[in-house]
Amino acid sequence: MEEALLRAVLFGTPILLASLGALLSERGGVVNLGVEGMMALAALAAFAVGLEAHPVLGVLAGVGVGSLLGLFLGVFAVSLRANQFVAGLALAALGLGASGLLGKRYEGVPLPNPLPEGVLAALALALAFGLHLLFFRTRFGLYLRSVGENPKAADLFGVSVDGVRYGALALGGGLIGMAGAYLSLAYRPSWTDGMTSGLGWVAIALVILAAWQPLRAVFGAYLFGLLFFLQFRLQGSVPIPSEAFAAMPYLLVILVLALSGRARAPKALGQPFDRGR
Amino acid sequence: MLKLENITKRFGSVVANRRITLEVAPGEVLALLGENGAGKTTLVSILYGLYAPDEGRILLEGKEVRIPSPKAAQRLGIALVPQHPELIEAHTVAENLALGLDLPAVFSRRALVRRLRALLEGHPLGVDLEAPVARLSAGEKQRVELLRALLNRPKVLILDEPTSVLTPKEAEALFQEIQRLKAVGLSVIFISHKLDEVLAIADRIAVLRAGEKVGEVLRQEADKDLLVRLMVGRSLAPPPKVPPPREEVILEVEDLLVPRHGFPVQGVSFSLRAGEVLGIAGVAGSGQAELVQALAGLRPFRGRIRFREGPWPRDPARLFALGVAHIPEERSMGVVEGMSVAENLALRTYRRFAPGGILNHRAMEKEAEALIGRYGIRTPSPRTPVRFLSGGNVQKVILARELQVSPRLLLAMHPTYGVDVGASEEVHGRILDLVQAGSAVLLVSEDLDEILSLSHRVAALYHGRFVGPIPREEADRERLGRMMTEGRV
Repeated sequence: MEEALLRAVLFGTPILLASLGALLSERGGVVNLGVEGMMALAALAAFAVGLEAHPVLGVLAGVGVGSLLGLFLGVFAVSLRANQFVAGLALAALGLGASGLLGKRYEGVPLPNPLPEGVLAALALALAFGLHLLFFRTRFGLYLRSVGENPKAADLFGVSVDGVRYGALALGGGLIGMAGAYLSLAYRPSWTDGMTSGLGWVAIALVILAAWQPLRAVFGAYLFGLLFFLQFRLQGSVPIPSEAFAAMPYLLVILVLALSGRARAPKALGQPFDRGR
Repeated sequence: MLKLENITKRFGSVVANRRITLEVAPGEVLALLGENGAGKTTLVSILYGLYAPDEGRILLEGKEVRIPSPKAAQRLGIALVPQHPELIEAHTVAENLALGLDLPAVFSRRALVRRLRALLEGHPLGVDLEAPVARLSAGEKQRVELLRALLNRPKVLILDEPTSVLTPKEAEALFQEIQRLKAVGLSVIFISHKLDEVLAIADRIAVLRAGEKVGEVLRQEADKDLLVRLMVGRSLAPPPKVPPPREEVILEVEDLLVPRHGFPVQGVSFSLRAGEVLGIAGVAGSGQAELVQALAGLRPFRGRIRFREGPWPRDPARLFALGVAHIPEERSMGVVEGMSVAENLALRTYRRFAPGGILNHRAMEKEAEALIGRYGIRTPSPRTPVRFLSGGNVQKVILARELQVSPRLLLAMHPTYGVDVGASEEVHGRILDLVQAGSAVLLVSEDLDEILSLSHRVAALYHGRFVGPIPREEADRERLGRMMTEGRV
């Protein structure tokens, strides 16, 4: 039982971090569907730096790469006012492909001094609380929520809509990058192509499940963590094909999304802002 | 205080403002009067830093200024209360007001509320600072906009059509507030297309038409006739006479009931003859919308309806084919805003342009051009998306589409709501043409003058029940008002 809870938290942590990252930009009105690709590239960068230099620097590298990718998405989704869904999907594909290509020489190399999972898990939990305070107690949080709800009004009162959205993408990208770093430096201290295994998509779904509230994301993430743990543990001991178990968390995601239709999304979510119109 | 010199603004080939020169002194209320599409809002947007003028200069206290953004406008002391409240519904009043402040990076809600109270000392608040905006009435939302505008202690306050969302009582309160602000030396620019309120509040009135300033008069020298002439470019014709109805019964409604929570329509019966207009008044939410929607085939109902002694299909497309046209209560329900004028005009009849399922755009646009000419729709081209048209012109698009096949029955709800004087005169003219040709009209409106000038018989809806109808000759504003609010004839 205790082990189950511990594993749930440890497995839920990358989902939590990535989910917080996506949640941050969605609060500002920008959908980030690139999470999976951003995580993969950040995981690779973190691993490479962690191997060549030090794992702590690796975390910083992951965060940095995540931030840069967030800003990169911003160029299309904010400045060029491209369709956010298309831009995000493209980034997801690009990130996965590029990480596979660039990561070939790290494939199968073990990391001699991995980071303790617990420290990063505690940090993730603290970040969830921090995000809650950021949203409701700071100027940036107020601007962020305003921009996500009604960018026209925010603009009218002198808030730089594009600036806030870039900021949200950079910060959120950093969190997503940290999720990637956690995977390759702590959780499975190694690099394998496709090691994100769909966690980025679960994280995006979790944003909706959490109704865009960071604290609710904590519970959701740990719940998914528990499900993944049960999937490993029950495999083989119950006469059900393992594929069915493997599909379970994703089925749950779909079920949750179908049932959580009532959660109120930020009103301007997914809408590019253009002052002229 | 504030002076505009020769301001010109073009959008492509359209000139929205042409060489406009205006001035407003401290403690003065300058009214900017003009029809929809006359260029009032463009001018305001320039003053508030949303658009840059192509030509001309702006002087504030004698010094030339540039206003590249709303932030810059605020810093210069220019504040705006926009036409439609631009508030963030999910936030509290305090959070909305905070957007206009220089906030510390980290703050607590309580400190914010305290600071706002101190800043707004002396202004009647009228709203709970900690209430979510989504729960406020339209009048309270505007109050929030006004408070936000006042937070930065502006020198010039711009009010863009402030009464369009207000009840008469709320408008009265706003006017008192304007008088108070004027007394402390604020310059107020008051934008409106309503003559009565301009005459009630302004010290000086500048009239815009088609992007140009066509006149400027002091309040003492102004009267309604003069302002209408300036605004429309001609005097309005006296309301036309409605010919008497014919014998043939077009529509018979018996015990119509809308089976929904609260039964918004509770057993309404009436008949309508060819060439007859039945006007229906009522306080908003008395069942008018549900009645019209039920008749238009948009809502299930119980009861019996006969149309020209035949059955009544409960389906919008089949109703239209039978000769029932519908002007919905909100313009946005009547058009697809992102689609072109031509496409919107063809929404009812597109099959004609699509032999074999493929749309012939050229034929559709040619037909649209004919309708645009006949109904005087002001649009750059048939391909222009409807959302770029002014409210009056959108209404003409709806009218043109619905009336093009000479319907036998027109269900018209608020046909001139938010439409300027000139355009509403045209809309009324079209409806009367239809009546003259022998069609029946069910006219639902909140504008009692409109009902009284067009109808043969008038009724009121009171809590979902019919009061009346009574002949037009026996009705006046007071009696109709009683029917609406007391439920008796």
